[in-house]
Amino acid sequence: MNSLRKYFDKIKPNFEEGGKLHAFRSLYDGFETFAFVPNTTAGRCGTHVHDAIDSKRIMSLVVIALVPALLFGMYNVGYQNALAAGQLENATFWGMFFYGFLAVLPKLIVSYVVGLGIEFTVAQWKHEEIQEGFLVSGIIIPMIVPVNTPLWMLAIAVAFSVIFAKEIFGGTGMNIFNVALITRAFLFFSYPSSMTGDDTVWVSQDVICGLGYAVPDTFSAATPLGDIAAGATALSSSFCDQVVGLIPGSIGETSVIAIALGACLLLWTGVASWKTMLSVFVGGGLTGWMYNALGLSPLDACQHIVLGGFCFGAVFMATDPVTSARTEGGKWIYGFLIGFVAVTVRVLNPGYPEGMMLAILLMNLFAPLIDYCFVSHNISKRAQRAIKK
Amino acid sequence: MANVIKLRKGLDVNLKGKASLETIQTKVQGQFALIPDDFYGMKPKVVVKEGDIVKVGDALFVDKNHPEVKFVSPVSGTVALVERGERRKVMSVRVDADGKQDCRVFEEKDPLKLLLESGLFGFFRQRPYDVVANPEDKPKAIFVSAFNSMPLAADFEYVLRGQEKEFQAGLSLLAKIAKVHLGVSVKQKAEALMAAKDVTVTVFDGPAPAGNVGVQINHVDPINKGEVIWTLGAEEVILIGRVVLNGKVDLTRTIAVAGSEVKTPKYAQMVVGQPLKEVLSGQIDEQKSLRIINGNPMVGVKTSKDGFLGAHATEITVIPEGDDVYEMLGWIAPRCKEFSTSRSYFSWLRPKSAEYTLDARIKGGERHMIMSGEYDRVFPMDIYAGYLVKAIIAGDIDRQEALGIYEVAPEDFALAEFVDSSKLELQRIVREGLDILRKENS
Repeated sequence: MNSLRKYFDKIKPNFEEGGKLHAFRSLYDGFETFAFVPNTTAGRCGTHVHDAIDSKRIMSLVVIALVPALLFGMYNVGYQNALAAGQLENATFWGMFFYGFLAVLPKLIVSYVVGLGIEFTVAQWKHEEIQEGFLVSGIIIPMIVPVNTPLWMLAIAVAFSVIFAKEIFGGTGMNIFNVALITRAFLFFSYPSSMTGDDTVWVSQDVICGLGYAVPDTFSAATPLGDIAAGATALSSSFCDQVVGLIPGSIGETSVIAIALGACLLLWTGVASWKTMLSVFVGGGLTGWMYNALGLSPLDACQHIVLGGFCFGAVFMATDPVTSARTEGGKWIYGFLIGFVAVTVRVLNPGYPEGMMLAILLMNLFAPLIDYCFVSHNISKRAQRAIKK
Repeated sequence: MANVIKLRKGLDVNLKGKASLETIQTKVQGQFALIPDDFYGMKPKVVVKEGDIVKVGDALFVDKNHPEVKFVSPVSGTVALVERGERRKVMSVRVDADGKQDCRVFEEKDPLKLLLESGLFGFFRQRPYDVVANPEDKPKAIFVSAFNSMPLAADFEYVLRGQEKEFQAGLSLLAKIAKVHLGVSVKQKAEALMAAKDVTVTVFDGPAPAGNVGVQINHVDPINKGEVIWTLGAEEVILIGRVVLNGKVDLTRTIAVAGSEVKTPKYAQMVVGQPLKEVLSGQIDEQKSLRIINGNPMVGVKTSKDGFLGAHATEITVIPEGDDVYEMLGWIAPRCKEFSTSRSYFSWLRPKSAEYTLDARIKGGERHMIMSGEYDRVFPMDIYAGYLVKAIIAGDIDRQEALGIYEVAPEDFALAEFVDSSKLELQRIVREGLDILRKENS
């Protein structure tokens, strides 16, 4: 520890005003605060002691909560590849996992390099500290795209969303829309064929580093929701597979169990709002039940929740504190409407088999309005009190 | 039976080094200092010269805008120095104590006049703006909180012992000016508090900041635009009682000397403006990097071992500064000794009685407001704290008014600042907001 500290102290002057590496000051700050808790002390007035929690810790927790879903997603990539090649009997657990790992890793790297690169540049330019928000977005982005998304597309989409969904608003904490979802929306509307297209995007078809199996380019496997949207009346996969997550889909969204592990951590530590999370499920469940009862959807409430990106969105993206409603009452309405809109889009719009992304983005837009109503109520109560006197 | 108000929101931080219930005496000697900054919102005009002989109760400076509001010498002796800072701002007026404590005698019959002449009016603060009160105002009520719920704060029930008569005399005088509300804690049992005469007693049951007078006002009789409420510390009521009963000003207070870095934390009889080394020498490790605070670690003002007892301080606390601490990988390390309201640390596993040694580090970088609902958890008022802070940052005066800025003081945001993961200086932000608003409205 001491030698690392000494090294930081030794190179620090280079990054200060007038030093030859001043242009990389934010990079240095980023690494220093990453290695050591900053020991700046409180000012003359104000609170002299502070809670140990900071945004680095919070963001790290979210990343940790995402890891089970990411690891399972890697395994599932290998599993789907072996399944498509008809080689499931010959494939080993580790073989499938490493295949998936190699398929997902480049996306993870591209997402972080492009996103953090922009963050570092902007921080340097604005003379601010590096903000940790992208640590979470950067891991979510590869998890909500199909495995066959080309890296260049991903790079463009990440750059677009970091710049236009976050930085122009002022950075983490000021953005209106969830950055990861804007990335996906950008891909979805700019390159529709690579995002759902002819259903060839969900299963990795190539051999990577000698691992995995070659699958014909024309092989197609639709997600269960895609099947339903295409007119199927029953699902080909078992409910058990859907819960475990051994179905085609975006990399991190398939396993309900892995997502539930992350949800437990987020709720236990209080990083995510249980109100938002619960109300998304309630909203989606009730809406799914309603459409099923009306005969509009062959899926029941349970399947609507288990399939597609519903769980992933409810746990990791609807609860994004920056873009969700900030008032406690507002969180109930915000969450409920996400569930409602997501299932409604799925059922009533055959063009979009999955509605979670659109639902959350739409409600991101309405979150300030919901809050406005609650805050206005408080304001008018105060005004009334003054008049009564 | 007094009205009981139960508060659920809030947070009690259990810090190490609570003062044990015994009081040491100090000698009135050396150089005392009265610091104008302790009386926030007032422009001082010094009315003594260096070399003047003063008695206890003689004015040292007055408010430039309201010269009838006087700030008087806590000791008798010779004016040693008028310390000035940048742009000739008065930093302090120093008096060399002669140790005799000769007092001026006050015989005014009118309550307000007595307070003004004896210099005790300067201890009143007003809401809105949390500044020294204006004697021309007609307050709708005077609020006194008889307990301080902040960590390491002095226990008023202990301070009150033996001074019950003075306390009641002070309250009775206040009652002649306006309706007086006394807020007491559900844990307090003293007869002088529960059965105080001429006042409305309200009992508060809940964690900090239940002892904040602002919280009590919000629940008893919230302030509307255009209204004024005066507030006064409970110990300052005793100071008033003394002048009522004896005709003499006696600014002696019972101060808790507390904190993890004090060797034997206990109470001390001190006079306002007394040098702190009187109680700190031998009690702290002078080699260590320490933070000495006039007040408690939540709302106090940083000072040094050569500092002086602040006018409003009810405790002196000493905590480690922490600028020599380097904790590695804080974003992931367990950091078992740290206190946090977040379950990402392990302080929730420790018993509630566990005491913590916290230093003055902020423990994170300043960010935009990210998490929602953090402030509201520890902000027991019917106010959207986060939205109010945003309105202040944005400089939107109409919205600040609508969201209730007239009801708050910086100290009400102390716990919110403590738990804030974005590490915003909320008390400073609110202070600046109030200052701007006061300027706009004057």
